[in-house]
Amino acid sequence: MAVYEQTYKPYAGKLTPEWSRFLIIPRHTLRGVFNSKLFTAFFVICFVPLLVEAILIYLHHNFTALAITNVNVRDLVPIDGSFFQTFVYIQGGFAFVLALLVGPPLVSRDLRNNALPLYLCRPFSRTEYVMGKMSVILILLSAVTWVPQLLLFLLQSYLEGFAWFRANLWIASAIIIASVVWILLLALLSQTISALVKWRVIASAAMLGLLLIPSVFGEFINLVFRTRWGHIVSLGGLINNVTAGLFGTFDRVSGRMQITDWDDNVVREVLLIEPPLWASWTVLFIICVVCLAVLHWKVKAYEVVR
Amino acid sequence: MALPASVPEELIKAPTALTEPPVIDLHGLSVSFGRRQILKNLRGDLRGKAIGLLGPNGAGKTTLIHTLLGFHQPSSGTAHIFGLDISDDAKQIRSLIGYMPERDSFIAKMSAVHFVRLMGELSGLPSEAALERAHEALFYVGLGEARYRRLDTYSLGMKQLAKLAQAIVHGPRLIFLDEPTNGLDPPARLRMIKLIREIRDSGQANIVLSSHLLVDVEECCDEILILRDGQIAVYCNLEEERKSNRKFLMLETRGDQEKFVKALAKLGCEYAISGDHRLKIVLQGGVEVRDLYRLADQEQVQLRRLSYKRDSLEDIFLKAMENGYGGL
Repeated sequence: MAVYEQTYKPYAGKLTPEWSRFLIIPRHTLRGVFNSKLFTAFFVICFVPLLVEAILIYLHHNFTALAITNVNVRDLVPIDGSFFQTFVYIQGGFAFVLALLVGPPLVSRDLRNNALPLYLCRPFSRTEYVMGKMSVILILLSAVTWVPQLLLFLLQSYLEGFAWFRANLWIASAIIIASVVWILLLALLSQTISALVKWRVIASAAMLGLLLIPSVFGEFINLVFRTRWGHIVSLGGLINNVTAGLFGTFDRVSGRMQITDWDDNVVREVLLIEPPLWASWTVLFIICVVCLAVLHWKVKAYEVVR
Repeated sequence: MALPASVPEELIKAPTALTEPPVIDLHGLSVSFGRRQILKNLRGDLRGKAIGLLGPNGAGKTTLIHTLLGFHQPSSGTAHIFGLDISDDAKQIRSLIGYMPERDSFIAKMSAVHFVRLMGELSGLPSEAALERAHEALFYVGLGEARYRRLDTYSLGMKQLAKLAQAIVHGPRLIFLDEPTNGLDPPARLRMIKLIREIRDSGQANIVLSSHLLVDVEECCDEILILRDGQIAVYCNLEEERKSNRKFLMLETRGDQEKFVKALAKLGCEYAISGDHRLKIVLQGGVEVRDLYRLADQEQVQLRRLSYKRDSLEDIFLKAMENGYGGL
């Protein structure tokens, strides 16, 4: 089918390995995503907290800089599990905004333009399609969460010495697991909403609503029933508990509530008990299973009217 | 030839001889959506270079194509494409197939060349080869000058051509074209038909053309499969079917037509008077045209016109719709 020949000819060259074909989708999609200058600018902003983190780690080990600034950063911000946990939370927030910007149109656009038959009439399965679309989010979010944080952990280990690295290796695994769980959840949720809603704006609003509405509902349960079990329905609450569990800062008694009478006299004190960690993990697992079931149901070449 | 390692060598050439596996082999294929049975026990070997898929709305044409592509699971039976089972070897089959869907199907915010390249890559072509063939395919279908334009700015005719380009970018051996001339103006339709015929005549790919337009199928296809209510009403070679009915004769006479038709009846010919001085005759075995001339001479009747009537596709289609199942 050469241009100059203008005839139909079959392809006679090599083929790419089947396992790698799902990566075609993120390659093409990410090129389109970074065509937007606004998005690129926001993506760069996502690295600002990481820069601050890097500076803090550097200052910890640069005594000249410490002397100049006249501040004892070592006492002010100790580099330990809590330090990395804080930045995992911050980057998690940025990851959510990125997922909100990139995720909703991924499948919905294909559904709106009837593009699924074009993908699925090729040697390309539904699983590969979902993997391809999810990997767009996973690659993008990994780039601002666990990958740079892990590099900073290695920087800290390099500056502090091997003994620190060996003693704090659990921090690295906590960074990876907490971040991967969060970005996996975001990828699944955004794909599921995208598969259910054909319009981008509505899909973005639905995703925002999915984070906010259960959180508000959860807080309402917490207030009314004087408990912390409301966190079980809140995505933020679930992830906070799981992350705290991984970094070893999880405490089931997360606070106390004082019950007062009309004269502000304390009548009794109620302990606010968080749901156990296994419950949070279970709910996250159930959410993932439901998302996969919805994707299995919706990602089809054609809807069958029964 | 770039085929997956597991594709047998004999699949590389388009099958023509009876010893080779048929293009499509239907083995009691049935498809149901819920309680509704859409395709009912389809059986047959389709071997044509270009197979026309015909039938009224809801006959199951598109469902058959979708099932062969693996979009729907058969409720019973199966089918083979180039000898490969549609359920067990779906991925392998799809590497040999190109599909042009009926409806508008695109990937948003892409230029035509980017779109066709992506489709090529998804079919297994390396990135550079896919880009090269995307350019070639777009030139081939006549969109060379517009290949950098975004698809959403294309006219309907251009979109149809872009869909054809994505279906052939990887050089498939079997191309499913679902209503390729839908919504095209006459020049665009002619261009599409010309392209389909060129692909057919190249001998490099078989074509399954589903269309409501009989004239499109007549111009492009050598075999037809007519579906009615999810069953095969007719499967035949178009040319052979026409030839088999060449004993239909249209006569225009002058003179005593009554005596002439009585004489025809004595010869054993079936006849029908189709208008003033006009007769339609089916010649029986052993009766030749010269016998008609002799008869006309005997009965003092002038034969002003005599022509073979060959069944058009429309005749075949209408008969299939009247006759029911199992053939003409």
